[in-house]
Amino acid sequence: MNSSVIVFPGSNCDRDIAIALRKFGFKNKMIWHEDVELPKSDLVVLPGGFSYGDYLRCGSMASKSKIIQSVIKFANSGGLLMGICNGFQILTETSLLPGVLLRNKFSKFICKNVFVKINNIENNYFKNIKKNVLNLHIAHNEGNYFCSGEQMKEMQENNQIALLYCDEKGEVNEKYNPNGSSKNIAGIFSRKKNILGMMPHPERMIEKYLSGEDGSLFFENLLNNLK
Amino acid sequence: MKIAVIVTLKKDVLDPQGTTIKKTLEGMSFNNINNIRQGKYFEIDIDEKNKKKAEEKVNEMCKKLLANLVIEDYKVVKPE
Repeated sequence: MNSSVIVFPGSNCDRDIAIALRKFGFKNKMIWHEDVELPKSDLVVLPGGFSYGDYLRCGSMASKSKIIQSVIKFANSGGLLMGICNGFQILTETSLLPGVLLRNKFSKFICKNVFVKINNIENNYFKNIKKNVLNLHIAHNEGNYFCSGEQMKEMQENNQIALLYCDEKGEVNEKYNPNGSSKNIAGIFSRKKNILGMMPHPERMIEKYLSGEDGSLFFENLLNNLK
Repeated sequence: MKIAVIVTLKKDVLDPQGTTIKKTLEGMSFNNINNIRQGKYFEIDIDEKNKKKAEEKVNEMCKKLLANLVIEDYKVVKPE
């Protein structure tokens, strides 16, 4: 399986995700944002970080970069496109995903482990996954998901909500919401479920003794689903 | 020609920066502040002599990049 990680000036989780993808069997290529063509890919990842120093709005500059037109074309033809953290912000700024990530409700950069509940498994990302609650890491200042009432209604009708902040047992409650996100949303899909945007970093949870293994579960499962 | 643009958060969008600034000002004994909303200001020097055309271009810039219309409103300040 071939994957491509897009690198923007200011991306800083690009190598982490590349290590994770290679560890679980992807042949990965790093693609510079000024490139025009995407190589043949089964998965494209927009990594976490601070593309363009978060100027103007997080992800807004990256959403207009040269490579993005090819990424949009890839996603519109059904390709799997995943945005993690800043990558999620870029996906909303390109309008590939609805809504926007606002500044965290309590004006704090949040860096901690959280539990997220998988809300929809009928897609290539989570089909057959062995757990329905994952322990993952978040590190962001703008992770407060917001969208219009109409967009929320449409997402709920199309089962586009992917991940919800919860406790270790999977109870979704406002008290487990770290950043003020609408409905505790930590990740969403596009209508066709081929695009996934998520604030948590699965690539930071792939070493048993350093962090945890729920990221490993995610990547192993994703690769199996694509085989 | 210089054109200014003001981008503000829509009314129902949370503005934690505005809230923090208000609290800080109150801590500095500036009382009677009802509310503070933070926005952005752009000054665009555009090589275009026709006012209407210049405004049209700036409007397009706002819609495509300067403002995110899901959460923000923008106002183009007319050139002098």
